[in-house]
Amino acid sequence: MPLLEINNLVKSYIAPDGERTTILNIPEFGLEKGEQVALEGRSGSGKTTLLNIIAGILRPEQGTVRLNGVEMTSLSEAGRDRLRAENIGYVFQTFNLLQGYSALENVELGMMFGRGVDKAYARALLDQVGLADRIHHRPRQLSVGQQQRVALARALANHPKLVLADEPTGNLDEHHAAEALDLLRGICDEHDASLLLVSHDPGVLDCFERRTNLSDISHVRETVVA
Amino acid sequence: MIVRRSLAQHLLSTLITALSVALGTGLVMSVFAINAQTRKAFTGGDIGFDAVLGARGSQLQIILNSIFHLETSPGNITWEQYKEIRDDRRVKRAVPIAVGDNYHGFRIVGTTEKVFDNRYKVREGGRLFDASRREAVVGSFVAAKTGLALNSKFNPYHGLIYDKSMRHKEEYVVVGVLEPTNSPADRVIWIPIEGIFRMEGHVLRGTGEEFIPEAGQEIPDEHKEASAVLLEFRSKQVGITLDHTINRQGKVATLAWPIGKVMGDLFDKMGWIHRILTVVAYLVVVVAAGSILASIYNTINERRREIAILRALGAKKRTVFTVIVLEATAIAAIGTIFGYVVYAIILGSASLVVRAQTGVVLDVLQPHMSLYLAPLGMIAMGAAAGLLPAFRAYKTDVAEHIIPTS
Repeated sequence: MPLLEINNLVKSYIAPDGERTTILNIPEFGLEKGEQVALEGRSGSGKTTLLNIIAGILRPEQGTVRLNGVEMTSLSEAGRDRLRAENIGYVFQTFNLLQGYSALENVELGMMFGRGVDKAYARALLDQVGLADRIHHRPRQLSVGQQQRVALARALANHPKLVLADEPTGNLDEHHAAEALDLLRGICDEHDASLLLVSHDPGVLDCFERRTNLSDISHVRETVVA
Repeated sequence: MIVRRSLAQHLLSTLITALSVALGTGLVMSVFAINAQTRKAFTGGDIGFDAVLGARGSQLQIILNSIFHLETSPGNITWEQYKEIRDDRRVKRAVPIAVGDNYHGFRIVGTTEKVFDNRYKVREGGRLFDASRREAVVGSFVAAKTGLALNSKFNPYHGLIYDKSMRHKEEYVVVGVLEPTNSPADRVIWIPIEGIFRMEGHVLRGTGEEFIPEAGQEIPDEHKEASAVLLEFRSKQVGITLDHTINRQGKVATLAWPIGKVMGDLFDKMGWIHRILTVVAYLVVVVAAGSILASIYNTINERRREIAILRALGAKKRTVFTVIVLEATAIAAIGTIFGYVVYAIILGSASLVVRAQTGVVLDVLQPHMSLYLAPLGMIAMGAAAGLLPAFRAYKTDVAEHIIPTS
């Protein structure tokens, strides 16, 4: 059974001119357990929207999203929150670390809403990303690369089955981008987590065995007048 | 952790808001506690007497003058009136008092040693005055403020207000200092009533004609006067009977009875002051609750991204809602803790003034319902004030605030 199964998914939004525009129309898409997939696509094509739907933050108008056998779209918002807290790690381009919290506390936040805080595991994760000596530093006291490593540790804090990464190297220079990508892929591998990574960067995309262009899986054919 | 961190991140606004809560809670507790304690002290305290017999006039003025040592005397009663009530078998104790002198503003009361019941204890080494000598027993507050101690000598001053030009030539010696009673007695200097009769410049008018006693001359009773007579009855029924006889049928004297009720009427008449203070205190509480609402509500906009991140990490909407309500509750709780400090400061200051003016001591630690209810009410209001910002946080659109999108 695939870890992630998407079938007949449709998501649209209402444009400022009042028109309902379909942004995603995915007949079928899936991800196996432990698989790592890179998703590319032009800006505004709906890549982030797709990740948000998989994470249960957004809900599609049609279709199903099944994660580890659980039909997400049939769950209540609270149910989707719980599923996300226990199964999904999310890495953002802008890291989205909370500035008032230390590196350790940011990682602990990744555990708090799922299985609960495990301080030892949080420390171990920070150790694994090379920040054992920075656990009490606030984000602004860390370099950009270090902040992204904290974000990686946080994404893995809840023992996720799936890690969603939205342009995780977008704010990093080439050297740090390669380092962060290696770390992300290695850690996902080590923790047996699948990875769905969105990127524009050909250098990043080339690292993946499976590359998918959103336009190949999303058939946006028509614009429906609202 | 989230609540603690958020309060720490907005430390200044948290502290200012908590301070307004502290002020509101402290004010409410103080208004109710001061009112309750002063009312109890003036209406239900252990005064030791049931009634006061005084000149025809206001019962309230008689009590204020003779029990609380405030106000002036409405006039004197004759020694015959005193002896008549003293010899009444229904009266257990009758103590005449005469006022009209002071020492540095503290009232000198001429009386008999019967005034000192078991509520009064003379400090070690001291004793009660000898009625035939120029001796004085000093209240604890007077001793502390004037420096009068055992064997100190002093000259009384004429009148109830200190005027250094009105110094009497008679010299008195302190033979006893009383232990604190936390009552108006602490502000009084007690001397034999004979001393008041014989004080230089005093004129007795018991017969209607002026009489100034010569040194060594016995004063005939008909010339003597008293400002009032403190009375202890053998039963409550006596008060009802004497009230009827003296106040309704008689025309020469007034029986101020019962003391608690007369003072209670005063408090009832002055109740509007308490009500105004209560309204002001409640308004401060409402403003404090409003400031909690405003301070948190204003931070929600800047915290939308933070809220969206927490939601993306799996925080439920109701978790976010609860966090905001807890934040408001925590600010209110912190404020109420400081509220006890405000209460202690207000009550401590009020206590100093009330004690200096009346001798009554307010006790900061004396339990009162408001000390529990005001903080609990404030915390509940704080939680309620958090509902609106919490709802705003609850409605935060996660996808919209997790930026950027690709």
